[in-house]
Amino acid sequence: MARKKNRMVQEVNAGSMADIAFLLLIFFLVTTTIASDKGILNVLPPKVDPNVPPPDIQKNERNIYTILVNANDDLLVEGEYRDNADGLDKDVKAFVLNFGAPDEEAAALYNSLPASLQAEAKRDPASSDNPKEAVVSIKTNRGTSYEKYLEVLDLVKKAYFDIYATRANLTTDEYRALSGKDDAEQALIDKGKEGIGMQISIAEPDKLGSN
Amino acid sequence: MGKFGKKNKVSENIPTSALPDIIFMLLFFFMVTTVLRDQEILVEQKIPQATQLQKLQKKTLISYIFIGKPKNTALYGTEPRIQANDALMNTTEIVQWVNQERDKLPEADRGGITISMKVDKDVKMGPISDVQTELREADARRVLYASVGKVVKD
Repeated sequence: MARKKNRMVQEVNAGSMADIAFLLLIFFLVTTTIASDKGILNVLPPKVDPNVPPPDIQKNERNIYTILVNANDDLLVEGEYRDNADGLDKDVKAFVLNFGAPDEEAAALYNSLPASLQAEAKRDPASSDNPKEAVVSIKTNRGTSYEKYLEVLDLVKKAYFDIYATRANLTTDEYRALSGKDDAEQALIDKGKEGIGMQISIAEPDKLGSN
Repeated sequence: MGKFGKKNKVSENIPTSALPDIIFMLLFFFMVTTVLRDQEILVEQKIPQATQLQKLQKKTLISYIFIGKPKNTALYGTEPRIQANDALMNTTEIVQWVNQERDKLPEADRGGITISMKVDKDVKMGPISDVQTELREADARRVLYASVGKVVKD
């Protein structure tokens, strides 16, 4: 009869497992940098072809919303001095949705807007004709700080995203989180953007008073 | 005389046998999310804040460019410099660098190359504009101004 002589309890001591795991955990905690690829997307204009003269664009002054930022980070918005950028998003929104002189297409666009956006339309003849014509122009100086430039661009983008989000019945954060990876999301994005392009012109900085 | 003796002694041991499992779970989380930094950043990076952040879907299309004051001012001076990959470079080298980066991508994606500009807060618009001019020259026109989220007050 085969019999096991001494039955040893075969068990690995797992008591220090937690310590080992802790050690590893702390190592990864220290070395980790959670990658963030978030930012403000901007598409630069195509490069200038020296053989082709720049197109002569006739645009009414009232359709351009000019934001100038100088080397001291002061703002000149539509000819008015401001020392900070607060409230700029509201002004840009009002400018885009002004509908001062809508043509047929813009009138149809106006009728398609939700009531809260229609209420924004002041129909001021001195402001933009319709969202298709409206252009926001940002011009900086070579001495302007990048932080201020980004703040201004951020607020202008916010104005547009607010409009898009309201049209798509979402909050602004929800709208921005849309990625267009399926048809439903793409449809929502298109619904927000339709007819109102994000027309932001970023002028080349001028060289005055800078390094 | 009050009786302060405990009537029924409940065992007060917290069971710790599940502790390793919990720790392992955390460990795996960090192992998965971690990105071991493969390049040393030679310039200062205080990323500005913004609210209207967007996320890019295809991370493979992103190439990073770092702009800021060099950390080693004795060697590189105090003017903002551009870093791509592992070394500082001049503005004129950007076109070449973009083309190299673009060649690494599969052919179908080459048009969609996105340059993530990680720019220090204190940099002025001058150098950035120079970089953007070069990027236009290289026809890499999608630019992402990397920024971190800002908590909105109102």
